[in-house]
Amino acid sequence: MLKRTPLYETHVASGAKMVDFGGWEMPLHYGSQIEEHHAVRRDAGMFDVSHMRVVDVDGVDVREYLRWLFANDVAKLERGRALYTCMLREDGGVLDDLIAYWTDQPSFRLVVNAATADKDAAWMRKVLATRGFACGLTPRPDLALIAVQGPQARARLARVAPAAAAVVAGLVPFASAHVDGLFIGRTGYTGEDGCEIALPPARAVELWRALAADGVAPCGLGARDTLRLEAGMNLYGNDMDETVSPLESGLGWTVDLRTDRHFVGRAALEAQAARGGVRRQVGLLLKDRSAGVLRAHQRVSTAHGGGEITSGTFGPTVGASIALARVPAGVEPGSSVAVELRGRSVPVDVVRPPFVRHGRVLAAT
Amino acid sequence: MNVPAGLRYTDSHEWVRNESDGTLTVGITDFAQEALGDLVFVELPAVGRQLASGEACAVVESVKAASDVYAPLAGEVVAVNADLPQQPESLNADAYAAWLFRLRPAPGADTGRLLEAAAYAANIAQEK
Repeated sequence: MLKRTPLYETHVASGAKMVDFGGWEMPLHYGSQIEEHHAVRRDAGMFDVSHMRVVDVDGVDVREYLRWLFANDVAKLERGRALYTCMLREDGGVLDDLIAYWTDQPSFRLVVNAATADKDAAWMRKVLATRGFACGLTPRPDLALIAVQGPQARARLARVAPAAAAVVAGLVPFASAHVDGLFIGRTGYTGEDGCEIALPPARAVELWRALAADGVAPCGLGARDTLRLEAGMNLYGNDMDETVSPLESGLGWTVDLRTDRHFVGRAALEAQAARGGVRRQVGLLLKDRSAGVLRAHQRVSTAHGGGEITSGTFGPTVGASIALARVPAGVEPGSSVAVELRGRSVPVDVVRPPFVRHGRVLAAT
Repeated sequence: MNVPAGLRYTDSHEWVRNESDGTLTVGITDFAQEALGDLVFVELPAVGRQLASGEACAVVESVKAASDVYAPLAGEVVAVNADLPQQPESLNADAYAAWLFRLRPAPGADTGRLLEAAAYAANIAQEK
């Protein structure tokens, strides 16, 4: 029996095509994933992401604990702000990626991936126990999560939740607030403006219906994937996993080495960087629409050796097939490489992600 | 699910229409386009290609998956829908208008794979 979110009945009533997503019964689309994608870029769309796990962390040592656990440094945050980080193994492999919101004096709220939630919890408890930090971990599987994304997302949210309107209007990017029974973060996984909201299940159903009535398009996992890939955002399990480091996954920018802070995996990353020749992540753009669609695991041939596509799709805003790939050091944006696509060697452009920013296509097609 | 009565069908979700000049027009069914989702790529066979019955001869690819299209019976490709590769989404809009290719059946070609509308409709009712 697949797991269901509090919005399951609502999705089915809307005619969603439901699929098994890592043991959860989730909406793939509600008719056309391409139309849903365009709705987010042009106006506002919403996603049920309740399968993801909220974990609250508090206690006297919370800052020290999270600085030990994460490759990015929570010490650089102002109160009420959040950051994106990887959580690493000692050997530098990526356990998960997540957002950490500093919500209150001794409190952080983390949102981790659905498929890795149990693994993350076990690891975090083990570190707590072995290192003796005075912290409490409170998983919040009782909370639903709705992401409202697009240039009109915050305006629509303010309209259907007027008690939260002033706070929503005042939120800067990557800030969060508790208001009107809602936890609202100005974060997202689409490359557009918008919010991610944690709230009780009954309230989630009510808010979803109110947003739909106001014209916000329900959007499924299909659109979520094309939006995030156009925005150059990684998907854990595809673009990185425990066998690779953030440096090999385009996530070096999320690793903060500016202080002498120890964090799990730091020594391994520094050793990897010192050895040199580290594989890198690049974007690929296939301008020729008659060649097919770039997909994960397709082989990439470059002047510096072989690589592999980690995520590929057709980008509706770009109007072409795009991909993220792991390639040897030395491959640079602005060059051309070849992808093996259904038995043919197809030339593709190497670009620096993202492919789209604020609704605008960056790479020429 | 739309299954027009005047056409014949295959188990692999192609539809087939008899033309007055003896050729057959081939496409994919409404069931197929709905299962695939938004189509973004179509590859058609070359005109003149000889096909065996059941041979994979075209590709339709949606955002999430690629799918082969199979020859409903043996024959030669005599025409392809040249508009289609530029507008793969037209397949989602109307699967029976967006034909893929036209086939001249080989002499004595076995029509055994072809189903009447009612039989195909019964098949897909079970699949759903």
